[in-house]
Amino acid sequence: MVETLEQFIPYPIIALVIHAALPLAVIFPYVLFAIWMERKVSAHMQDRLGPMRVGGWHGWAQTIADMIKMIQKEDIVPNRSDKFLFKFAPYLAFMGSYAAFAVIPFSSEYIGAHLDVGAFYLLAVTSVVTLSIIMAGWASNNKWSLLGAMRATAQIVSYEVPTVVAVLSVIVVTGTLNLMTISEMQSGSIFNWMIFHSPFLFIAFMLYFVSSLAEVNRTPFDLPESESELVGGFHTEYSGMRWGIFMLAEYADMLLVSLLGTVLFFGAWNSPFGDFMSGPVWGVFWMISKGMVFIFVMMWLRWTLPRLRVDQLMDVCWKYLIPFAFINLVLIALWEMLF
Amino acid sequence: MPELRTEEMVINMGPQHPSTHGVLRVELVLDGEIVVDAIPHIGYLHRCFEKHSESMNDYQQVIPYVDRMDYVAAMSNELGYAIAMERMLEIEVPERVEYIRVIFAELQRIASHLLAIGTYGLDIGAFTPFLHCFRDRERILDIFESTCGARLLYNYIWVGGLSHDVPLDFKEKVRDFVKYFPPKIKEYNDLLTYNKIFIDRTADVGVLPSEVALNYASSGPVLRGSGVNWDLRRDDPYSIYDRFEYDVVVGKGEMGTVGDCWDRYIVRVREMEQSIRIIEQAVEQMPDEGDVKAAVPKRIRPPEGEVYARTETPRGELGYYIISDGSMSPYRVKARSPCFVNLSVLPAISRGSMVADIVAIIGSIDIVLGEVDR
Repeated sequence: MVETLEQFIPYPIIALVIHAALPLAVIFPYVLFAIWMERKVSAHMQDRLGPMRVGGWHGWAQTIADMIKMIQKEDIVPNRSDKFLFKFAPYLAFMGSYAAFAVIPFSSEYIGAHLDVGAFYLLAVTSVVTLSIIMAGWASNNKWSLLGAMRATAQIVSYEVPTVVAVLSVIVVTGTLNLMTISEMQSGSIFNWMIFHSPFLFIAFMLYFVSSLAEVNRTPFDLPESESELVGGFHTEYSGMRWGIFMLAEYADMLLVSLLGTVLFFGAWNSPFGDFMSGPVWGVFWMISKGMVFIFVMMWLRWTLPRLRVDQLMDVCWKYLIPFAFINLVLIALWEMLF
Repeated sequence: MPELRTEEMVINMGPQHPSTHGVLRVELVLDGEIVVDAIPHIGYLHRCFEKHSESMNDYQQVIPYVDRMDYVAAMSNELGYAIAMERMLEIEVPERVEYIRVIFAELQRIASHLLAIGTYGLDIGAFTPFLHCFRDRERILDIFESTCGARLLYNYIWVGGLSHDVPLDFKEKVRDFVKYFPPKIKEYNDLLTYNKIFIDRTADVGVLPSEVALNYASSGPVLRGSGVNWDLRRDDPYSIYDRFEYDVVVGKGEMGTVGDCWDRYIVRVREMEQSIRIIEQAVEQMPDEGDVKAAVPKRIRPPEGEVYARTETPRGELGYYIISDGSMSPYRVKARSPCFVNLSVLPAISRGSMVADIVAIIGSIDIVLGEVDR
């Protein structure tokens, strides 16, 4: 991909920058769309209409209007906060999730970085988000923010374990950490998808999905920002565009875990109909649509379920998910040995 | 390794907090996420209702103030005040007025409980039940609106009668609602009541044993949630409640201990069913003809003396203690507010729970700050 760009653009450095910025072309429209969709999904589940005015058709331009409003807002930094950390935290949050997009194969022709340790890199770099949350919570100089940040850190660190084990289950089957290779192994018929490989991989997917919900702080695991208890959690003191960037990072994280789930279990950019509608451009289409299905499920859950308490959250992780994940991993390894 | 130094954190919850149901301020002493102590501070919504009443020229003029106490159950407040005044003046209220009052009081109970369980879901983190509850509450408010023009603060039940008659299609509207509502209760149960996470969050949380509840003189769903079978509608009948058949719902500890948050919650849900039963019977028995203002006194000048009357509002026992010095304005109007009394159990039942539980406990007590502070 970089080579193709370099043919058209005289300066290699510019080609590289464009190449690196390509995921943004997906993320920004996606975030605008996803927030609108979240509003619509919630509205229809709750017997209302949601945004209907801005832009004409079903309020499609609502999020764009909101974004413009947020940019215009005053940049409020609390008086006795740690100013540098406070300002830096939202960028770090987005940086963490954006860096992870580098190894997501959007289509058979486009992947940011062809890393051999792609899956490992992705899991490692998303942990930066934890750092940004605790920075935000600490720097705000607000006890509610601090409580939220503590919860978030405990939660994300704990739930990383079952996520990693669930990802590892796929790695055991594929034998590679390279996400592009994993995608290529699933091409051909729909039955090559990892989810159909063995019943244990199906369980692994369920484990992955549940723990990824906790990773991205979605209901029923949205404790870090639980508005009814902690006001707003770690982003209580944030407003305007800094808050907007936190939202951007949150939705980018949702897309990230959905895409990773797609790559690992649902055939990445492969068409579900074999050779029909397949190719590099269709690849992007399939990748995003599959991801959006998971995002819809996440929204569905969010507007249905109540929230767990912090100790129950930890129970779910350490007493159920982690043992299950490990047993499942052993069973997958056995399955691989026998068949 | 030297002993790690830890200290307790004092954190201020409210008055601007999304789940304190208004302007309650709770001072929380926390050890990590464990609550060591919770001290409620009240008074942010104090509007001198009792003092204001003393300078009214007419006993009838107190009613709009009474409305603003428990602003989500204004009808019940008015009913209590009207009954107290009627006892003082020894007024016999027409039959038809009594039925309309009961129907409105019970509709108000449903509306108020809908708000309570909806916001309770919100406190626990479920957003959707809240809006479903509001959708149905809207129908009750529509009935109120078509009757007295107001949706929240009615000034409808007057001493000796009603401000004006119900519209012609009133019975039809109420019957429609009675038919419409019971399936919705099942919907809430499916969505919230029997949700595993909801049960986990509320069962065995904020347990209020019956002795403690009685010692704190709590009343209403808070008391019945603790398993005490006490309902003023049945045990100290006022108006015409002795003519209807209904059950008094008590908490049985189905999901955990008797008197936990889930019990207080389920009492409200089941009371809505019972209210529907009362409304059904009342609509059938209600006479079609009769002047609702027949017994409304032209001028209220009660004899010197005092009266105490209590009624069962959605939140519990609301008592009015009214002293008259024989003049046109009341000498003293004291309201015994159920919310204020119920709120006082908060410190007793919240020690040792977690921050998230505090939200669940406050929600399950179902306070309205307008009534706590008056």
